[in-house]
Amino acid sequence: MSKIVDSMYNIRLLDDLARKDTAIHRIHPVPKLLTTIVYLIVVVSFNRYEISGLLPFVIYPMVLILLAELPVMPILKRLLMVEPIIIGIGILNPVFDPKGWITFASIMMKCGLTVTACLILVSTTGLDKIAQALRTLKVPGIFVLQLLLTFRYISVLIEELARMVRAYALRAPQQKGVRLKDCGSFAGQLLLRTFDRAQRVYDSMKLRGFSGDYHSYGKSNVTGKDIIYLMAWSLFFIIARIYDIPAFLGLLFEGMSNT
Amino acid sequence: MSHYKLKVRNLHFSYPDGHEAIKDISFTIYPGESVGIIGENGSGKSTLLLLITGVLFPDKGEVIVGDVSVTKKSLAMIRQRLGMVFQDSDDQLFMTTVFDDVAFGPRNYNLDEKEVKARVDEALDMVGIPHLKDRAPFKLSGGEKRAAAIAGVLSMKPDMLIMDEPTSGLDPKSRRRLINTLKGFSHTKIITSHDLDMVLETCDRVIVIKDGEVAANGTTQEILTNQELLEKCGLEVPLSLQKCPVCGMIKWRPFTN
Amino acid sequence: MADALISPVVGGTMMAATACVAAYSIKKVQNDLDDKKVPLMGVMGAFVFASQMINFSIPATGSSGHLGGGMLLAILLGPYAGFLTMASILLIQALFFGDGGLLAYGCNVFNLGFYTCFIAYPFIYKRITRKGLTSGRIFGASMVSSILGLQMGAFSVVLETLFSGKTELPFNTFALLMQPIHLGIGIVEGLVTAAVVNFIWKARPEILEHTAAGTTFGRIPIKKVLTGILVAAIAIGGFVSWFASSDPDGLEWSMERTAGTTELKASESTVHNMLANIQSKTAFLPDYGFKTATGNKTDSYAGTSISGIVGGALTLGLAGLIGLVISVFKKKK
Repeated sequence: MSKIVDSMYNIRLLDDLARKDTAIHRIHPVPKLLTTIVYLIVVVSFNRYEISGLLPFVIYPMVLILLAELPVMPILKRLLMVEPIIIGIGILNPVFDPKGWITFASIMMKCGLTVTACLILVSTTGLDKIAQALRTLKVPGIFVLQLLLTFRYISVLIEELARMVRAYALRAPQQKGVRLKDCGSFAGQLLLRTFDRAQRVYDSMKLRGFSGDYHSYGKSNVTGKDIIYLMAWSLFFIIARIYDIPAFLGLLFEGMSNT
Repeated sequence: MSHYKLKVRNLHFSYPDGHEAIKDISFTIYPGESVGIIGENGSGKSTLLLLITGVLFPDKGEVIVGDVSVTKKSLAMIRQRLGMVFQDSDDQLFMTTVFDDVAFGPRNYNLDEKEVKARVDEALDMVGIPHLKDRAPFKLSGGEKRAAAIAGVLSMKPDMLIMDEPTSGLDPKSRRRLINTLKGFSHTKIITSHDLDMVLETCDRVIVIKDGEVAANGTTQEILTNQELLEKCGLEVPLSLQKCPVCGMIKWRPFTN
Repeated sequence: MADALISPVVGGTMMAATACVAAYSIKKVQNDLDDKKVPLMGVMGAFVFASQMINFSIPATGSSGHLGGGMLLAILLGPYAGFLTMASILLIQALFFGDGGLLAYGCNVFNLGFYTCFIAYPFIYKRITRKGLTSGRIFGASMVSSILGLQMGAFSVVLETLFSGKTELPFNTFALLMQPIHLGIGIVEGLVTAAVVNFIWKARPEILEHTAAGTTFGRIPIKKVLTGILVAAIAIGGFVSWFASSDPDGLEWSMERTAGTTELKASESTVHNMLANIQSKTAFLPDYGFKTATGNKTDSYAGTSISGIVGGALTLGLAGLIGLVISVFKKKK
């Protein structure tokens, strides 16, 4: 039940955030998506012993969180929920290599940075705009439409599920979760309702002229500002990738303290 | 706005499992009319609406919109004339924002984006929710969802509005708002409902369906005051036409003046 | 699979492979259309998403499991629509829940969608149920195909992680760890899938019959097998070309890819030159590699530690400063 509540809360929260109006929110979704991808590629391209080189990449999420006025705690919370999986794999590294701790730390940092970047993307853009970006990038309409439908009906079906789980739990107070022997009819019932709903959704689409193709947004134009956003960040990522900024700063510092 | 009459002639329909939902139904609805279709659960109301909109096709008989029979070939044209509002708004609000959803129909007819936007704004204004434009459907209240669903149909500029239980699940205030909105429309309307007080307020004529057949077809006054008929068909006289349990008076007499 | 564990090359290769399979699937779905499938795919995606939140308690173990959904999607929607639906579920999970990530997206769709929809479904599930559906056959087919589908997916994760070179885990250990864990998960997945499919088959047999009729997968396997081989070839080709590159660490190669040139070495040497310049100016620091990269690790770590720590602190301090400036600026506005 807590899982159900949590995912509903999360979707609602991110949707709320995506409807804010800040400088970051106003940037065209395509450059924003591309910036995120460049960021991810660069962060992930660091080798497994890298830690200091990753530090400058903290700047990107931090600047975005501040400019887009995103709350920090929910993002951190989400991060903590994802990390255990990574910890599971990462923690084995020290077992196999004395420097495994460095690898472990490197993986944890990358995980933090990449997950944050994805969450920032969606909470400053929203799935509808991301879908628009995908259309602009020539992703077929059918796929985009069914992506949007999936997203739309997640909340409807989760609410339906929550009602079923509640009804089940009230009549089965002695146990945790749903018994395996009931799972066929339990999930099956939800599935049958799903089929019926799909039929009605299909009908209502047909009645409004749906013919198997999805016509999305008239394209809003990419402005110079959007291009600068993409270029400036990409430049920063690449410079930070090529030059080890912390090492450089450290060197400067020592240099200065010694002269 | 409405120039088409709707004719239903000797309609028969059975579901694949053999259940005979519609057994010989005929009626005509004239342009500008507002008609309530009432009947107990399972009497065939919803099936009838699906047949009229061409989601299902009859085994026998036909539905004629204007002078065109509803067939697979004429569907695209017919559907531009008919706007159907579903009982569960969630079935109809399938896009991620209200704007996109209301724009879904016009976009399917390949209107240019400016025209689409104008139509969406107009439709949202008509149902009084322009402020909800950018909201996600899952965050709307029941009443707001219903309004958005209606806007999604209005944006296609249909001649005829078909509504399946438009007031179900609404709180009194939302229900009142919806009734006022409906009264303001000049479209031909077909409304199925169990909310007979709403039917009383919004419809000129009522068709009663029982077991897949027309049990009665007449003016709202005639039918909604006929206690015997209504009870035979699993319905009852609208509350506002019943005697007051305290003083024994009928409070509201819409038909006397 | 997560972003943090893969290299850009592996991510990119798998993304390309996934895009190929997806493009082919979209074409197939569009040809079959039946535009009825579009909303069904959408709502089914939401169903799988929701059903992953049902905890089924497993008797005698005290633990619980949930549905993964790959096999169920293949069985109920057919392989093409099933694969696409899986792709949209995973995209939403990556974006909204941080599960997986955008770069690893291709890997995840492939691991969870390809093996189930295009291998386990046609070659196992369809084979077993070829002679007609019975409760027993559905059970057996769901079990075996779920387990094997997940085993292939898990093995794929091992390979992807290994090729990415972001962890120290030796192949054997990692595989020995992943496969048994996923055997357990596969059994649960199989049990739940079997139960759900059986329920549907009893309640609404036409749904299953429709899918079976809609995709004539079993009858003309040659074309499909060829497609599978083609896709595999692309994927393997990607891996091999990477593997064959001069540096097995994959780092350099991936940098070449990222930058689009082979200038990494050059730029590295510029760094070295520049640092060397600074060094000669300060005439203090001993001669070791500042780039704490793959090279002679042990020594350089000890050496760089001081300036590394100071530099790291300075970087974070700088970041904090930028943040402070932004928030002050924001408040003033």
